[in-house]
Amino acid sequence: MSEDKHIDGETLELAKKYVGFLEVGDAESADNALAELTDIRESQLFNELGRLTRDFHETLNSFSSDDRFSTLAQDDIPDARERLNFVITKTDDAAHRTLNAVESALPLCETLEDSVGKLNTEWEKFLAKEMKPQEFRDLSLVIKEFFSRSGEDVRSVRNDLNDILMAQDFQDITGQIIKRVITLVTEVESSLVELVKVGSKLGVKSSSASDEKQKQKHKEDPTELAGPQVPGMESETIVASQDDVDDLLSSLGF
Amino acid sequence: MNKDMKILVVDDFSTMRRIIKNLLRDLGFTNTSDADDGQTAWPMLKSGSYDFLVTDWNMPGMTGIDLLKAVRADPDLASLPVLMVTAEQKKEQIVEAAQAGVNGYIVKPFTAITLKEKIDKIFERIDSAK
Repeated sequence: MSEDKHIDGETLELAKKYVGFLEVGDAESADNALAELTDIRESQLFNELGRLTRDFHETLNSFSSDDRFSTLAQDDIPDARERLNFVITKTDDAAHRTLNAVESALPLCETLEDSVGKLNTEWEKFLAKEMKPQEFRDLSLVIKEFFSRSGEDVRSVRNDLNDILMAQDFQDITGQIIKRVITLVTEVESSLVELVKVGSKLGVKSSSASDEKQKQKHKEDPTELAGPQVPGMESETIVASQDDVDDLLSSLGF
Repeated sequence: MNKDMKILVVDDFSTMRRIIKNLLRDLGFTNTSDADDGQTAWPMLKSGSYDFLVTDWNMPGMTGIDLLKAVRADPDLASLPVLMVTAEQKKEQIVEAAQAGVNGYIVKPFTAITLKEKIDKIFERIDSAK
């Protein structure tokens, strides 16, 4: 500020000189004085530009050193990408598992339907007393075979249906993962809004109190629910399998 | 173990409730009901004379761990066997559930065999303690 005042004084001095030269008709000296005045004006402009550049640079630096922003960019986004890829794998597996079971069960149902249709025709013939004794003996063998095969087939269809049932467990896991990613997206959104706000009024620092809160919130909280585990992202505080759960519980006297 | 016992299945995902109920039916347990979180489950438990509770952990409203704690703190329900079926695999959480008095802990995704084993184990213990 004091520098600005000094420059103002100098400017005033030069302006008075300039007017004086004009009054006495000394054109050459007047031109010189005007040139000096312009120089001062230009240097003020450069100073202002320099200050703006510095502020902008500092604001950008403060963003890159902000923990929350760097964890979002370095950890959380790749983490979310990993989780979403896992969702794709899970849903893909479930769809294939279901289709495999359907493809295995459908032909069995069709065979069963065919056999029942044929047997029905034969049985009608028998009831109408149009069947010869040898034909009946053949039919009884066919019926015997039908019973044993259809028993097996129905068990197989039942297994396929159970497999379809179990394949639906993906929805629970993927639902939880997607909910977490939605939370992250919301956080990224609010961070971007903050960036825009700060960018629009350069030089104004974001509230340090809320930064501190954000950092604390992001620190690993042992009681915070971790959600479903994603392969390749295991951590030491997390058990890997049902066997590990059983071991841990038995170590606690279970 | 009484196959007619009344079982309450609590999970916020309807597909998971269906899976658990189907698996239970396959094991011979047909007397099952379900609830989508602890808040819905609590009045059912209080008035329904259930014999067994199967619950998820992470649910909106009231979580499974809070439901377990409420059950253990209630004189009428304190001895109700509780099996937790959850995607939460942190050691701290398993320990917390154990300390809160859970009878069994299954991590998702799980198999029909695991469910059968844990239920058998829970009721073996209860029967041998009688």
